[in-house]
Amino acid sequence: MNTLGLIIQREYSSRVTKKTFILFTIFMPVLFLALAFVPLWLSTIKDSEIKKIVVIDHTGIYAPEFKSTDDYRFEIVGKADESANYTPRLGKDFFAILQITDDLSKKPQNVFLISEKQVPMSLLKNIEKVLSEKVTRQKLDELSASGNVDAQTIVKVRHIIESGANVTVSTLRLNKEGETFASSSMLSSIVGIAFTLLIYIFLMSYGGMVMQAVLEEKRSRIVEVLVSSVKPVNLLIGKIVGIGLVGLTQLFIWALLLGSLTMVLGILPVFSNDAATSSQLMNNSMQPVNMSEIVAMFQTINWLEIILYFIVFFIGGYVLYASIFAMIGASVDNEQDTQQFMMPITIILLFAFYAGFYSIENPDGPLAFWCSFIPFTSPVVMMVRIPFGIPAWEKILSVIILYGSFVVISIFSAKIYRVGILMYGKKPTVKEIIKWAKYK
Amino acid sequence: MYYLETKDIVKQYAEHLALNGVSIAVPQGSVFGLLGPNGAGKTTLIRIITRIIAPDSGVILVNGRPFTGQDVYRIGYLPEERGLYKKMKVGDQVMYLAQLRGMSRKNAQTELTKWFRQFNITNWYNRKVEELSKGMQQKVQFIATVIHNPDLIILDEPFSGFDPLNADIIKNEILRLKNEGKTVLLSTHDMESVEELCDNIALINQSKVVLHGNVFEIRNAYRQHVLRFRLFSDDFEMENESFTVLSKEKKHEYIDVRIQKKVEMENTELIKLILNAYPVISFEEELPTMREVFVSAVTSQSIKDN
Repeated sequence: MNTLGLIIQREYSSRVTKKTFILFTIFMPVLFLALAFVPLWLSTIKDSEIKKIVVIDHTGIYAPEFKSTDDYRFEIVGKADESANYTPRLGKDFFAILQITDDLSKKPQNVFLISEKQVPMSLLKNIEKVLSEKVTRQKLDELSASGNVDAQTIVKVRHIIESGANVTVSTLRLNKEGETFASSSMLSSIVGIAFTLLIYIFLMSYGGMVMQAVLEEKRSRIVEVLVSSVKPVNLLIGKIVGIGLVGLTQLFIWALLLGSLTMVLGILPVFSNDAATSSQLMNNSMQPVNMSEIVAMFQTINWLEIILYFIVFFIGGYVLYASIFAMIGASVDNEQDTQQFMMPITIILLFAFYAGFYSIENPDGPLAFWCSFIPFTSPVVMMVRIPFGIPAWEKILSVIILYGSFVVISIFSAKIYRVGILMYGKKPTVKEIIKWAKYK
Repeated sequence: MYYLETKDIVKQYAEHLALNGVSIAVPQGSVFGLLGPNGAGKTTLIRIITRIIAPDSGVILVNGRPFTGQDVYRIGYLPEERGLYKKMKVGDQVMYLAQLRGMSRKNAQTELTKWFRQFNITNWYNRKVEELSKGMQQKVQFIATVIHNPDLIILDEPFSGFDPLNADIIKNEILRLKNEGKTVLLSTHDMESVEELCDNIALINQSKVVLHGNVFEIRNAYRQHVLRFRLFSDDFEMENESFTVLSKEKKHEYIDVRIQKKVEMENTELIKLILNAYPVISFEEELPTMREVFVSAVTSQSIKDN
């Protein structure tokens, strides 16, 4: 085997056989799924305790409208009873007090829900809905009583209101062939964010790993032994490739595990049936979606393209950042000294991450657009934008700039690395480091 | 026949001229000492020979022909700044380093077994480097340096960090390699080991070679014409224009006398003179130690430069 192969092999196998790597790789998807599914599953479990709500209705108009459900029981007390008698018992004998002090059709602010604990969204929405409907009817009654409008119209209006006027906006995207297909910008956002987060975390952690590896060889003083038989540039390439392969292995295993785990979980009835209702429960403003719709939406996303670009941007971004990290590792003697050089890199990466994050709001805005062509931010930002669908020339130009600059940066990095690994003692200044590149 | 020659090597770092026309010639099958004060440029020269860095100008010849990339595998290099992967097993590590120097897996395994047996460290194979003492690690490093059977072995400060016992093991190995016809380039501050091991030396000071040649000849050239006599006598009272008595030391029934003679006077003349006057038990000429040669060469150059 040639020396480069040997180096890659050592860098790779010494890492993937580590216990921490194996544990992390296997448990991360499990943990991830647990984080995603356990709250969902918990929310589907009905609260066994029925919450009692005391309704003190001074008007007597609204109290009869409240119907007890599986979760809540509304206890109606006459207006003679004052809230003072109930307040001390709040939290013990009942969950909340709903106090209506005036006719809401005239003074809509005169309703209060008093409780000790945070009131569930669903309860609040329920009460608001009941009261709104009642007030609407009241107003319609008043209108018909005034005699200004004929009875026929009132009946029609009533019918319109009762049948509901809920509008659902289906987002449709026009593809090149002129067909429309259903898409969900929400799903695109989620996919974009997931990949962006992934690429950001990997650039940080695996780039950092390259720096650690370079520093480790320098600190343990083995590097001079190595470069006496291996070209420094091969040592650097071997290290970056070896560690990059570790990253790809981890990604591959995660994808495999996540895929198979979600499939297994998807079959379980508790998730497939209740997922939709529970998500509705959590967020009433969201339209009810069922599983088949989710699946249909998943299919609208061009996974092959996204994964392909993810790999392309992952490799480009990783090599770019790893070269810089390697340069830092080679320039200093110890961990503490890396801080000063790490700072600008961390800031750039963080900026890229936030730029990516805000690009979700406006995937074609100027920030997203320009950050797609800066090689330091493009791998992160592009992953947000690609699921939304952007012109091919932007993608291609972005990749070309990224790969072009990694070639330039890695050549520079190799020059610095070659000199830096043999330098011990004083921490060099940036000016000195740049001079190293000129050494023969 | 020279195994290694460097010709007019020049290396300039930013503001510092590390090597200024350095030429050395290392005969095949000998131990060559590369001496010089700290910062003189020894390590830079070694790094140029091992092709870790490139010279600004000058050539390196191996066996009389220009040095090529493949010749790197003919070199075994133990740097001054040396170490091993701390988390890696000793055996795996030596295997890795051997393969990096172009050995096949099988070949490396055979040689490794041989060397581990010779150093009596077979049971270390599966131990991690961090579990070994510094001396133990250095043994492993030495094996890693010579496992691929190189023709030229370059050792930069090989004895630092070794206890005398282990240093002797390495010294014996160096002599054994020399007897096998290998060429050894040794950079060291330990002048005693230079006298013990080296056939030839080059002394580098302030980026230049100030002394180059056979150890015995150099010591001769630097002799102070001092002879030491042990006489069977109570005192020594002879006086002469052509020599001065440096010291007298009475011990039991004899006396040790150190005499420095004038350069024109032959050794035999002086010996005859004393032999006629006193019963001589023994006599010898004091050759300067390499330490004295080193100090005198380095200081005289500094005086010249100032």
